[in-house]
Amino acid sequence: MKKKAFSLLVLLFSVSMILAACSGGSGDGEASNGDDKVIDFMHLWPEGSSAEHNRIVQEIVDDYESENEGVSVNIEVLSNEQYKDKIKVLSTSDELPDVGMTWPAGYLEPYVEAEKFAPLDDTLEGEFGDSFVAGTTSAYEVDGSTYGLPLELNVATVFYNQAIFDEYGLEKPETYEEFQNVVDTLKENDVAPIALGNKDRWTGSMWYMYMADRIGGTDLLTEAINQDTSFEDPALIEAADKTQQLAQSDAFVNGFNGLSDQEAKSMFMNEQAAMYLIATWDLPNYTTNEDVPQEFRDSVGYFKFPTVNGEGDRESFVGGPGVGLFVAENSDVKEESKDFVKFFAEQWGEKSVTEAGVIPATKVDAESLDLPQMYVDVLDDLNNATNLTLFADVQMSPEAAEVHLSQIQALFGGNVTPKEFAEAHQEALSQE
Amino acid sequence: MNKVMSNKWMIAFYIMPALLMVAFLIFIPLGLSAYYGLMEWDGIGAMEFIGMENYITAIQDAAFWDSALHSFLLAVFSTLSLIVYLAISMILASKIKGADILRKIYLIPMLLSSVAIAQLWIKVFNPANGMLNRALMWLGVENPPAWLANPDIVLYAIFVPILWQYAGFYILIYYAALKNIPESLIEAAKIDGATPIQIAYRIKLPLIKGIVKVTVVLAIVGSLKYFDLIYVMTNGGPNGASEVMASYMYKLAFSTNEFGYGSAIGFLLLIITLIVTVIVRKLTEDKENIQY
Repeated sequence: MKKKAFSLLVLLFSVSMILAACSGGSGDGEASNGDDKVIDFMHLWPEGSSAEHNRIVQEIVDDYESENEGVSVNIEVLSNEQYKDKIKVLSTSDELPDVGMTWPAGYLEPYVEAEKFAPLDDTLEGEFGDSFVAGTTSAYEVDGSTYGLPLELNVATVFYNQAIFDEYGLEKPETYEEFQNVVDTLKENDVAPIALGNKDRWTGSMWYMYMADRIGGTDLLTEAINQDTSFEDPALIEAADKTQQLAQSDAFVNGFNGLSDQEAKSMFMNEQAAMYLIATWDLPNYTTNEDVPQEFRDSVGYFKFPTVNGEGDRESFVGGPGVGLFVAENSDVKEESKDFVKFFAEQWGEKSVTEAGVIPATKVDAESLDLPQMYVDVLDDLNNATNLTLFADVQMSPEAAEVHLSQIQALFGGNVTPKEFAEAHQEALSQE
Repeated sequence: MNKVMSNKWMIAFYIMPALLMVAFLIFIPLGLSAYYGLMEWDGIGAMEFIGMENYITAIQDAAFWDSALHSFLLAVFSTLSLIVYLAISMILASKIKGADILRKIYLIPMLLSSVAIAQLWIKVFNPANGMLNRALMWLGVENPPAWLANPDIVLYAIFVPILWQYAGFYILIYYAALKNIPESLIEAAKIDGATPIQIAYRIKLPLIKGIVKVTVVLAIVGSLKYFDLIYVMTNGGPNGASEVMASYMYKLAFSTNEFGYGSAIGFLLLIITLIVTVIVRKLTEDKENIQY
């Protein structure tokens, strides 16, 4: 009798296992109550690493829910890399959240071609569309339709440590010769001139992009990426050559090709390196972030990338919108979702700059807000900017971007000649 | 109970849950990845059937063979390191003082997650502030290498934490096997005048040969499909100098959106691992089976 009971138990157990295994897939997205419409919203600012972002999102969502009876927003948060992986898997199985975050240009294109994202042209009509800084929404454009509402705008500038500069009597360089002089003086005094974490590779790409911008003019690189002109243009090769010379002259910290951007940043912030080229998403670290010593924050300034060979436009920036909001094409609450992303982008602007220190992609009136001086300066620069070149790895398709990034690492490490560097780019870009 | 177990249907029924799980979690995805390998697919949009093209590209892809070479190098080093682990286990098993505590210390790396180990060693290898280079500078080395940035040494630098990570695991296995050898055999050998070296080489080693074979297979297979530390510490860089097969596959599928090609590489990785396993088993095969 006992044995029978035992085998019955085992049987029950195994059956329940099978059932449990089979029931996993269904049942998500139904956590709503009653007839409420639920917008599933996925974002990538976890409470731990992006506390302010996370709080602002929650505030906006709460406001939206209280203004719109019968619509609720279901939030899911993942960190950056996990987010990218999950979005990809979800889109394969056609289960994208109604609203989520995307990156512009090259990242966006496969999703648009597969008709996963909904065009937002009708949402952008009129006044709302004009509230974005020029050139930010166009980064989300594919074949004339816009598929994302940009939230952030980042431009790269060279941050420097004023205290170290003062110690050796250095000043903000305006030309490449002055810049070279700064680097040489620092080297002579055993101070690492520039922090660079080129394991991440897009960091080195920014140096190359600025060289190309100054030497070849503001449009050349973009034209080469679009294959309106060849990447083997002499100016682009010269830019590669200059970048390589800089890398080979010990201007960057030792072992930069093995360091992550995080490590490079900590070297700059621990005053072990005097300069650091990074985009404006780092501004809070040099202004408002209370975790960083006040003394250090006060000693950081920034300068625009110098002219090279006496040429180049210093008001031309490398940068681009960061993440933006998309609406899924197969969403069953598409209208509500479009309404929500519009509401979100409107609310985000002022809130994000004052509370999280984000430079938003929507225009803000710097004068009327209580902002640290560095923010006012950056917003000013943006108003006077003549050109904004989108980050090269973002502009390119993922395949070409991978070639670009590994070539950047090879260029900095001296594993390829500037000519080979240009050839590899030309080959990858022409295949598209 | 015996009656129940002799019923074929009952046996089949009991196997079902495990079989279904293995099928769903392993065999079906395996088949799918071989199938995706036949497709031109970015992982998002529509698939397009292109036959064997991905596999042909892979066979001609120098970057893939570089990564395969790195994986094989790792396999060689992990197999060689087994000798060291075996020696350590023999010492530990021979009743030295503190063997117990040492055994536990060797096991610690196994208890850490790979990402934690990676972060730890990134700090150790940091060119300016790392423990290793600080020590070297203190010893008077002028320009200590940038371990993870120099393409010539990055692969070997990263092998160190990988081997270190699994040391405890193999030591534990060998230790358990050695402890299982009956004391009487060792004593008999001693009475016959065998030296400790002879005991180790002629008595202990043959007796645990079966276990050694298993660990060799484990080490080789584990190395060929190795991924974690490489991904976190260098992401295959600089410029592919520390790329292994699994990290190359991941990069293709998830960074460059070549999901079809990535799947093909994944399937090749499986085939290579299978072939190597069969070869290793054949090479270490012998009919003699020592019992005690």
